[in-house]
This record gives sequence, C-alpha cells and structure tokens, in this order.
Amino acid sequence: MKKDYFGPYGGRFVPETLMPALIELEQAYLKYRKDKDFQKELAHLQKTYIGRPTSLYFAKRFTEHLGGAKVYLKREDLAHTGAHKINNALGQALLAKRIGKKRIIAETGAGQHGVATATGAALIGLECEIYMGSVDMKRQALNVFRMRLLGARVIEVAVGSQTLKDAINESLRDWTTNVRTTHYVLGTVFGPHPFPSMVRDFQSIIGKEAKKQILQAEGRLPDYLVACVGGGSNAMGLFHEFLGDDIKMVGVEAGGKGIETGEHAARFAGGSVGVFQGCKTYLLQDDDGNVLGTHSVSAGLDYASIGPQHPYLRDSGRVQYTYATDDEALAAFELLSKTEGIIPALESAHALAEAVKLAPKLSKDKIIIINLSGRGDKDVQHVANIKGIKL
Amino acid sequence: MNKIEKLFKKLKAQNKKALIPYIMAGDPSLEKTKEIALMFEECGADIVELGVPFTDPLADGPTIQRAAERALKNGVSLRKVISFVKDLRQKTKIPLVLMTYYNPVFKYGEGEFIVDAKDAGVDGVIIPDLPPDEAGGFIKLSKKAGLAAIFLLAPTSTEDRIKKVASASTGFIYYVSITGITGAQLLLDGSIEKSINGIRRITDKPIAVGFGVSTPDEAASIAGIADGVIVGSAIVKKAQTGVDEELRDFLFKLREAIK
Repeated sequence: MKKDYFGPYGGRFVPETLMPALIELEQAYLKYRKDKDFQKELAHLQKTYIGRPTSLYFAKRFTEHLGGAKVYLKREDLAHTGAHKINNALGQALLAKRIGKKRIIAETGAGQHGVATATGAALIGLECEIYMGSVDMKRQALNVFRMRLLGARVIEVAVGSQTLKDAINESLRDWTTNVRTTHYVLGTVFGPHPFPSMVRDFQSIIGKEAKKQILQAEGRLPDYLVACVGGGSNAMGLFHEFLGDDIKMVGVEAGGKGIETGEHAARFAGGSVGVFQGCKTYLLQDDDGNVLGTHSVSAGLDYASIGPQHPYLRDSGRVQYTYATDDEALAAFELLSKTEGIIPALESAHALAEAVKLAPKLSKDKIIIINLSGRGDKDVQHVANIKGIKL
Repeated sequence: MNKIEKLFKKLKAQNKKALIPYIMAGDPSLEKTKEIALMFEECGADIVELGVPFTDPLADGPTIQRAAERALKNGVSLRKVISFVKDLRQKTKIPLVLMTYYNPVFKYGEGEFIVDAKDAGVDGVIIPDLPPDEAGGFIKLSKKAGLAAIFLLAPTSTEDRIKKVASASTGFIYYVSITGITGAQLLLDGSIEKSINGIRRITDKPIAVGFGVSTPDEAASIAGIADGVIVGSAIVKKAQTGVDEELRDFLFKLREAIK
C-alpha cells in the first residue's frame, strides 16, 4: 500500500501550487507526532482547556426504553465548544504555529469545526477566517455569531450548492492564494494526504479514552461502536483504537429524505468511486463525473463525499455502513433529550437512530458505545422551524 | 513528435511566441464556442485551449466558475466536448488542448478518455488537480496515444518538484504565474522571470505562462520571458455572448503584443 493511500483510496489530487505545502505539512506532522514537547503541550491543553477525558456515560433510561443492549455514550458533546471538532482544530492550530504560519483558515458545515478553529486561533493567537455556505449560515446562525465573537471573520460562500463542499472549494482556493502565510485547518478525515491520517490521529483520543473507560466500567470491550459519518472524523476517532479488536463497528450516513428520493448524503448507498477535493474516495456524482447536490437535515453530514479510510474499511468488511433518514434522526434527537436530558447534535442523532434500531435486537448483556459527537444547542432553532414552532 | 512540440519548435526557429487563448466549451453554447475557436485561429492564435465544465473547479476564480456553471446548465459534459472537438476538426487543424478536472476523466475511464480524445483530434490535456505524482497511468497511456500530458508548475514549486514536473510534461510546461486561482491579479515584479529562468536551468521544454494574464501589455511582458502566453478569464469575460467586435479586437491586440 502506498504510504499516502488506504488501499486504492486517498492520494494527493491538488494543484501544483499546494503540493509543496502538503509535503511540508506531512513532514511537520511526522515530526511533531513524535515530538515530546509538542505532545506534552497538546496533552496539557486537552486536559485543562478542552476538558478531556470526556466521560463515557451509561444511558440507563435510554437503554431501558429500547429494551435491549446497554447503550453507553461517549460524551464529546461535553468537550469545550460542544463537539469533537476541537480535538483536531486545536492540534492543527498548534502545528500551524510550530511551522510558522500566522493565519489559519477553515471550512465549516454545521459551524462546529468553524467554532473550534476560531477557538484554537483565539487561544494560540492566530488570525482566522472561516468559509461557510450561505445555506448553512442560515440554518446554523448561532454558530456564525459564536465564530464572530471568537474574533474570526466568517466569509459567506454563495456559489454552487452553498453548503460544505463549496466552503471546502473556497478554502482550497484561499489556501492556494495564501499558502506561504496560511495553514488550512481541514476539519475532517478528508482531502489530500496527510489530512486524512493527521486528522484521524488528532481525533483518535476519543477511542483511546473510550477503551480505557469501558474496561473500567464493564471489565470488557463493547460489542458495537456506532458513529455518524459526514466526512467521518468522529467515527475514525472512535474506531481507530479498536480496529484490531474483535468488535463490530457501524458508520451511519445521512439518509435525508430517503435514498429513493435522491435527496440524501449516503455516499455508499448512492455513490461510486471518484476523485474529489484532493482524494480518491466514494462520491455522489452523475455519469459525467459532476458532483451531485446533497440533502440532510444536519448540516454537518450534508456532504457529497467521505474520508478515504472509510471505503477502505468498508471494502475489507471491518466497518459496516448504513444510514438514518432525517425523520429517524429527528425522532432520536427528541428521544435522547426526553429520556436522558441530553440534547444531541443532529449529526450525532443519526448514530442514535441506528442504536434505536440495533439495541432492541440485541440481548441485555451486549454493549453498544455511541459517539455523541456534539451537543444540540446549535440545532434547537432549526428543529423548531421544522416542527413549525416559532421561537 | 507531437503536434504541439512541433509548433513550439517552429516558433522557436522563427523567434516567435505562442498565443494560447482559452474558452469554456459550451459558454454560451457549443455552437458559439465553435465560432469563437475559429475566430481565435483567424486572429492568429497558435493553440486553442478548451475548458471542460465541472461542478467544483477548485483552481478557478469566479469568472471561469460562472462560465462552467453556464456550460453545465447547457448540458455540456466531457463526452460532449470530445464530440464537439470531432466536429470542430472538420474546420480547423489548429492544435487543441483540453483543460479538465480529473474526476470527469476518472469517471470516463482514463484509457478510454485518452483514446477517444486523441481520435477526436485533441492534441493535449491539462488537468490542474492531477499532479504527476498521481498520474503514472495517465502519463503512460497518453504517451502511447501521442497525446500531450501538460503538467503545471507554480511559484511555490521547489527544485525537486520542477524536476519531477519537467520530466513528466509533454508538449509544454504550464507555468502558473501567481500563487492563486485563474483570473487573479498578475504581479509583474520580476519574480516570474526569475522562476522561469530557474525552470530553464533544469529543462529545455517550452514554457507557457497562464493565470492572471488579462491585458495586451501584460501579455507582451510575459511573451518577453516565456515561450507562450495563455489568456483565460479576460477572454471568457468578453465571450459571454459569442464573437463580437470587442472580442475580435482583443484577440488582435493580444496577437500584436505576443511576438
């Protein structure tokens, strides 16, 4: 396997202008991955600033309601800024400083990665600009204001589908223009090498903690891991540490209004292999290789492609992939709120929706860990709108 | 020798520089694109570069992005551009180069694309998001077919990169004049000349410069240091309704400037 590939997936499909920066970034990432000072600084901030380790919580009433396997939640919603995105954003912001960049940029869909990057920039003292599609700015208005409060400039992307993929295009264009002074904090396990591996490594703390915590709580490994998959960083973060263990893993894509309607973001159910935004992976595309529009109730999953390690894990059968529809996710969103007093992000609600289907089919001695990748405050307004309630 | 290589050899012997105008195929329509391409030839262009529309053109600025959106709305695809070239070939022998993103080629099938493009009369292909590092198969197949695989160099390219790109590129080397996207502001501060001299120390392949060349004056400056000048966004802006006096006049002025 080529070092920048996962089987046939991955690679570095970018304009020449960016190639030297990616090579430089790869070298820096390999160096600092083993650098004791860097790791010490990161670990210190993970503990004192992000609030790690996040807890692994047994969702007793949710479990009782489903009447089957025990459901544990890995509480990334309790990480500073309210989602797992900070794990990667902070890591990359520290790295950017070490390689002498003064400015960081990022794309954002749901706004969580934008908020996390703006937070990292404020903490470390870097200039920060965030690209966000017009459609997403509307449905995630709260996060737009949060980013501005944090001192970042939010740049509206009004071209194409005006969602995450267009925000990534604009970020790549900005990076191409300002590559000498700027680091692009890509928010997921996607894009050109080394991003898929680097982001996974920054997120893998989720699985490392979860493993220790479940061994402490139950004295054994879980039977299932479940996580939602947009680009796929929270899923890789949870799965990575367990890849060598004999347990099942499920990635949940956004089924939108149903696969048959064409309005979804289920790349495995409705896509094929393509090359997009820097890597070879699964993609929702037409017969001419143009990228199709997507739909999901959750902005963070509303994306036409998926990180390249995911199809690799799918081909080998190591991870199963399924999808949850908007309606299923919304039902799970409300169910967890009412049974546990935890309002999940709509993205994470897709993983919960899978648990709603899976847990009742399993006996009570089985254990499922769900990555509760983010909290749902940002989605409250949007869900109210969907339900026709005026706040 | 490929048609493009022959052309540059001939121009060099005559101490002339190549004018390479770009147009997005299908903007405003394939019929008009044909008229525009033939007008380019009439005005003395040496090579015509045809853009293939793609939904996510990440190396392009707003002018070409919007042109691609219009062409896609007209139903233009890579397949249609290839049959368009076949049609255009009935009228002209001018060297034709396609500029496309990689995914349409990948979806088409690399081998099939190269054979079909060559058969239709395409002479070279530029794929901005396919660096030589990822183009092993493409380089091999295009060589076999006699299609030029034109790779790009940028102001950020290191000596290692220059060596790699220069050895992979056939036809010519496309030097991106700015760290940025198509249609951005050109900076004529001597840095382009310095970079090109650096490339020339490593290779004697022809170098054409594009991205950001928007006026005849700029084209004249670039022609003084490179073997060819590519003009894209500035033409696309003027070509939205097809051939008119303004567009024709612009091409004449570019031709006069590039000597």
